[in-house]
Amino acid sequence: MSATMQAPARRGRLAAIAEWCDQRLGYSRFLKQHVTEYYAPKNFNFWYYFGSLALLVLVIQIVTGIFLTMNYKPSAEDAFASVEYIMRDVEWGWLIRYMHSTGASAFFVVVYLHMFRGLMYGSYKNPRELVWILGMLIYLCLMAEAFFGYLLPWGNMSYWGAQVIVSLFGVIPGIGESLVEWIRGDYYISDITLNRFFALHVIALPLALIFLVVVHILALHEVGSNNPDGVEIKQLKGPDGHPVDGIPFHPYYTVKDLVGITVFLMFFAGVVFFAPEMGGYFLEHANFQPANPLQTPENIAPVWYFTPFYAILRAVPNKFLGVVLMALAVISFVFLPWLDRSKVKSIRYRGWIYKTFLFSFAVSFIALGYLGLQHVTPAYTYAARFFTVVYFAFFILMPWYTKIDPTKPVPERVTYHAH
Amino acid sequence: MSAEAERIDGGRRHFLLVATTVTGVAGLAATAVPFLASWKPSARAQALGAPVEQDVSKLEPGGVLKVNWRGQAIFIVRRTPEMIATLSDPKVIAQLRDPNSEESEQPEYAKNEIRALRPEFLVLVGVCTHLGCAPIDRFQPQDAELGADWPGGFYCPCHGSRFDMAGRVFKDVPAPTNLRIPPYRFLNESVIQIGVDAEVA
Repeated sequence: MSATMQAPARRGRLAAIAEWCDQRLGYSRFLKQHVTEYYAPKNFNFWYYFGSLALLVLVIQIVTGIFLTMNYKPSAEDAFASVEYIMRDVEWGWLIRYMHSTGASAFFVVVYLHMFRGLMYGSYKNPRELVWILGMLIYLCLMAEAFFGYLLPWGNMSYWGAQVIVSLFGVIPGIGESLVEWIRGDYYISDITLNRFFALHVIALPLALIFLVVVHILALHEVGSNNPDGVEIKQLKGPDGHPVDGIPFHPYYTVKDLVGITVFLMFFAGVVFFAPEMGGYFLEHANFQPANPLQTPENIAPVWYFTPFYAILRAVPNKFLGVVLMALAVISFVFLPWLDRSKVKSIRYRGWIYKTFLFSFAVSFIALGYLGLQHVTPAYTYAARFFTVVYFAFFILMPWYTKIDPTKPVPERVTYHAH
Repeated sequence: MSAEAERIDGGRRHFLLVATTVTGVAGLAATAVPFLASWKPSARAQALGAPVEQDVSKLEPGGVLKVNWRGQAIFIVRRTPEMIATLSDPKVIAQLRDPNSEESEQPEYAKNEIRALRPEFLVLVGVCTHLGCAPIDRFQPQDAELGADWPGGFYCPCHGSRFDMAGRVFKDVPAPTNLRIPPYRFLNESVIQIGVDAEVA
C-alpha cells in the first residue's frame, strides 16, 4: 500500500524537475516542433528509411571512432602497428575497428540510396533547394572524412591512395605544386601528413558533419518533407491546422524507422562478423602491408565508393581536364534544382524521357564504379568514356528533356492505401 | 518618435559599422595567417629534405640504384651504349610526346636528348608525372607485355604510362610530361649529390 502511495509522489517530483528544466531550456517546444508534432506525409515508402539510417551510421562512426583513438597512434612509426595492436591485443578491438571500417562503406551505401531517392521523387525541387545543397555539402564532407580516415591505418594502399588524391591538386595552374606541398606539410606524404589528416579526421570534419546534419534537418523541417507523390501536403490542412495527409513523426515514423534500423543492423552485423573485408572491397588487400614510399601497389584503386569518379578521371586522356571533369561529376548535383524544368516532382508523374535518363544515369554510375576498380585496358577506357558521356548527359541535357517530357497530372492528395 | 529619429546620426552609424567590420575582418585575416602557415613544411621537415650523396662507382652498366631523397625514390641508371643509342633512334623519338623536354620539368643542364649531365648516368625522380605512382624499370627491349617495338625504359603499373631510357614520356599514355629530373651534381668521378644544382656554363 505504501508503495502505491509513493509511486505517484515520485513521478510528481520527476515531473516537477522536468518542468523546472523546461522553463529554463524550452525543450518541450523543441520536441513538439521536430518530433511529436512534426507532420510528415503519411505515404512514405521503403526509400524513406535511408535518412534516419545515415544518422544511425553517423552515431556508430562517432562512438567506434572515439574508442579507436584510445589505442591508435597517429605517427608514421607506430600507426600500422597500433592498428594491428587494436586488432589482436585490445579486448574486442577487432569488433570496434570492423564496425568502424564497415560503417564507412555502410555510410556511402545509405547516402547513395538517400540521394537516389531525392532524384526519383524530385526532393531537390522548390522549396527544398537548400535542403538538397546542405545534403551535398554533407556528402562532400563525408568524402573528405573518408579520404582522411583512409590514410590512418598507414597501409600501402592508404599511402598511395593519399599520394594520388593529394597530387590531383597539383594540376591547378600556377599554385598547384605549392598547394600540394602545403597540404602535405612535407615534400612527400610523411608522418607530418598523417598527423594532420588524423586531426582533420577526428575533430574538424566530424564537427562540420554534425553541424551540417543539424542544419540539413532544420531546413527540412522548415519546408516539410517531400514524399513519393511529390505532393505538397502543407497545401491542404485540416481544421486542426495540420496537413490532412500528414502524421506526427513520433510515434508513427520513429516506429517505422526502428523496423528499418533492425533490418539494417542485421545486414551490418552480417558484414562485420562474416565479411569485414568484403573480398577486398571494404578493406583492400594491399593495405595489409605497411606504407612503403618507394613501392607502389600493383593496382591503385580507391575504395568502391570513390571509383565512379576515379573512372571518370582515368577516362580523360588530359590530366588537367580529367581532374576538372571528376570535380564536376561531384559538384553537378548541386545545380539540379535549377537544371530541372519539369512541372512535376515525382517519377510517378514524369514521362518516359526522364525515366530513361534517370535509369541510364544510375546504370552509368554503377558501371563507372565497376570500371574504376579494374586494371586499365583500351576496351575498359572506351567503356568508361561512354559512361562518362551518359553520366554528364543526365545533367547537361536536363533543362531540355525535363521541359518536353510528357508528364501526368499530379493528384491533389497523396496516394495512400491502408495496410 | 520622429524627434528620436532626428537625433540618430545615420551617417555616423554607417561609418562606425563599416570601420569596425573592416577592422574585424582584417584582424581575422591576420589571425588566420599563423594557422595557415603552420601547414607549411616545418624546419625539421626542411632539414630532412637536405641533399643526399651516392657513390655510383660500383653500379654495373644497365643497373639501377634507388636512393631516397625527400621521401621520393631517385633512380640512378648506368646506361649501356645500346641504351644511349635508343635515345637518338628516330623510330623511338617519333613515339614520344615531348622528345625535347619542352614541357617537362628538369634543370637546364638536363634539358637535352640524354636528359642528363653525362650520357652514362641518368638521374631521375621515380614518381610518375600522372598521379605519383612509382614506375618500374623495364630496360629489356621487346618486352612480352609492352610489345615487340618496346625500346626499353620505364613502365608505370598504375595507369600504364611508358617512358624511354631518358624518362621521356610516350604518346597516348595518361602521364602528361617526362619524368622529372632532380637537381644534382657530380662531386667527383664517382659520387653524385642529389638536391644541389650542378654549376654548368
